[in-house]
Amino acid sequence: MEAEAHSVANRRAQNGIRYAPVPTVVLFIATAALLLAACHKTEENAPGGTAATGSAASVAKADAPFVVGFVYVGPKGDYGYNQAHAQGAAAVAAMPGVKVREEENVPETVAVQKTMESMVELDGASILFPTSFGYFDPHILKIADKYPKVSFLHCGGLYQEGKHPKNVGSYFGYIDEAQYVAGIVAGLTTKSNKLGFVAAKPIPQVLRNINSFTLGARSVNPKATTSVVFTGDWSLPVKEAEAANSMADQGVDVLTMHVDSPKVVVETAERRGIFVSGYHADQSTLAPKGYLTGAEWNWAKIYTDYVNWVKAGQSYPHLLRGGLKEGFVKLSPYGPAVSDIAKSRADAAKAKLMEGTLIIYSGPLKDNTGKVVIPAGTNRPQTDIELEKMNYLVEGVVGKIPS
Amino acid sequence: MLSRELRRAAESALLPLGALTVSLALFGVFVTLAGANALDVYYQMYRGSFATSFSLQNTLLRAAPLMLTALCTAIPASLGLVVIGGEGALVLGALAAVIAAHALSTANPWVVLTAMALAGAAAGGAWIGLAGALRTFRGVNETISTLLLNYIAIGLFKHFVEGPMRDPASLNKPSTRPIGEANALGPVPGTDVHWGFVYGLVACFVAFVLMRRTVFGFAAQMVGGNVRAALLSGLPVHRLVLIACALAGATAGLAGMAEVAAVHGTANASLIVGYGYTGVLVAFLARFHPLAIVPVSILVGGIGASGGLLQRTAHLPDATVNVLEGILFIVILASETLRGRILGPDALESEPKPTAELKPASAPTPEVSPAPSGETKRAVG
Repeated sequence: MEAEAHSVANRRAQNGIRYAPVPTVVLFIATAALLLAACHKTEENAPGGTAATGSAASVAKADAPFVVGFVYVGPKGDYGYNQAHAQGAAAVAAMPGVKVREEENVPETVAVQKTMESMVELDGASILFPTSFGYFDPHILKIADKYPKVSFLHCGGLYQEGKHPKNVGSYFGYIDEAQYVAGIVAGLTTKSNKLGFVAAKPIPQVLRNINSFTLGARSVNPKATTSVVFTGDWSLPVKEAEAANSMADQGVDVLTMHVDSPKVVVETAERRGIFVSGYHADQSTLAPKGYLTGAEWNWAKIYTDYVNWVKAGQSYPHLLRGGLKEGFVKLSPYGPAVSDIAKSRADAAKAKLMEGTLIIYSGPLKDNTGKVVIPAGTNRPQTDIELEKMNYLVEGVVGKIPS
Repeated sequence: MLSRELRRAAESALLPLGALTVSLALFGVFVTLAGANALDVYYQMYRGSFATSFSLQNTLLRAAPLMLTALCTAIPASLGLVVIGGEGALVLGALAAVIAAHALSTANPWVVLTAMALAGAAAGGAWIGLAGALRTFRGVNETISTLLLNYIAIGLFKHFVEGPMRDPASLNKPSTRPIGEANALGPVPGTDVHWGFVYGLVACFVAFVLMRRTVFGFAAQMVGGNVRAALLSGLPVHRLVLIACALAGATAGLAGMAEVAAVHGTANASLIVGYGYTGVLVAFLARFHPLAIVPVSILVGGIGASGGLLQRTAHLPDATVNVLEGILFIVILASETLRGRILGPDALESEPKPTAELKPASAPTPEVSPAPSGETKRAVG
């Protein structure tokens, strides 16, 4: 039994006392030498001065391919956030004279800083699209300062004139417009009048999608309500499946979501025989029967525009935002379960949103505790920055924001 | 015939190097099957991790937090404890460091950074110390408790970052208020590598001296060797376990502080990327030797640094480097069974043989088994 008291671990440690130190001390010293070696040649990497324009054309030589780097926070085949960006990257790759370099599963740490630098240093990239929201501060800001001739274009709409480096741009889409239209389809498809929303975190962007979806549904079906479950993080497949199942158990017959990869929710809905409306990218192949429509990004347009601007040496907009009208977002093609009435009502709303005659957030609007959040007579068009601070769930949403 | 000491030293160098070579060969077979040119892959890995000053710094930066989180597992291993709570200690250390920075926002940056380091280490130390106390006083298995404490720590972290400590300006990425530019932990002069790397080097060296060259370390090894013998010799086993666990947690807490001060500037969910768990891997690969942690961290950092280039040039999936890490882990642990057998008949006559050999073949010991809790519980409690 004495042998039992020893773990293999501590025996190793014990053995180490006697004969491991010699080589490990050598390795330790070698490490110090490595660090010293690293100290030497770094200065050449740090160009002085700051760029006056957002143009990166000067970097690219006429004959060398124009390299564009894409960085994703998750797998680029996730049927979601990252796949939507990868589809945009594919459109850029198809442009003549442009070469695309991609890296996926890059966390929001020094890892993304080094990936960006590596794309500039080793691949010679002139434009970088680091696509995760969390890459911006501090990572992009830090590296952009270091490489003023490279353009860093970030998804999230965080750029502030005067505060951020001039070679940085930020773009985002009003995807809640597409959620509003998807809500109309959901409101006219549900039989139980119970809709479900699987959400990651109670942040303004997510709340706005939940609210727009609900307002869309209730604009055509005032009896419809949306139950919401917050999972707490962007990619928690097990919790997402649990939320989807529990809502199906409660009689919810149309699900939608705002998580990084909608795959699990879409598949769970199909398995449970209920309807589902997608998000980020087209998930119709995962639910051929129950897929109604979905709110999708259309990054291909923005990315090819940006590459053309930078390549031509033009100055480009540092803050770029748009919705259905500008072609930043779109809807998945209607699935087989969508009725003709639902299609025509949804198309009509889409047309009005594109004309600008339909304003989603117009008063009077109450939250789901009865408090008036937008008074009668006040209209908040999509560009209103008050909407970016959204911290309420509208009437018709079942659930509350965790404090 | 080589002298015994020399033979042992040579063996300690040859075994890991041999294991590394075998791992790379197996990995070559794997990437060939995946349709890539193995030689090209090796070259890209070298280019991405060590070939240029930029790559080397990339590697060292990635190694920085791993050295500290690896110590969180390596220090208690001397006492026969398998602690895997680095992740939880890291995030709480980060949170405590931010609280310290906010409390002292007007002080001199040196004071602020010192307070942050102390707060981070204290929070991490208290967290793993808690697991140590559960182990000593209640006989709770420390591996399970530290694993579960990780979930609780991350839950607490998110609660504070998304609730009471949230900066109202951080709309779509919940974060605490920033610690301020002035208080940032800068790079080592002339490099891009932040001071967290130096913290790691110093911590590994201090841990080496403490655990291998002091009375405290010797007493800790005795507890690891045989708890009952240690008790009979009059060693304060309770106290040793608590101190070792607290020191272990302090190193991981310091890693959290360095991440906040050098990289993020705030505490937010981007800190939770598994440095604590990778640290466990590093500690096992280093056979819990504090100095061996340094090269192993750099090796793992280098593998991480080369991963991006493999994706971009060889068009291999991101998981490729995880495969290499997995192969390395298994081959290095397996190579330990060759200790004492490769350089002639063995120097182990006077040494206890590895556990697995003492036992009948029908009852093999799992390679990574913790000390049975019942044994220590009876002896300690």
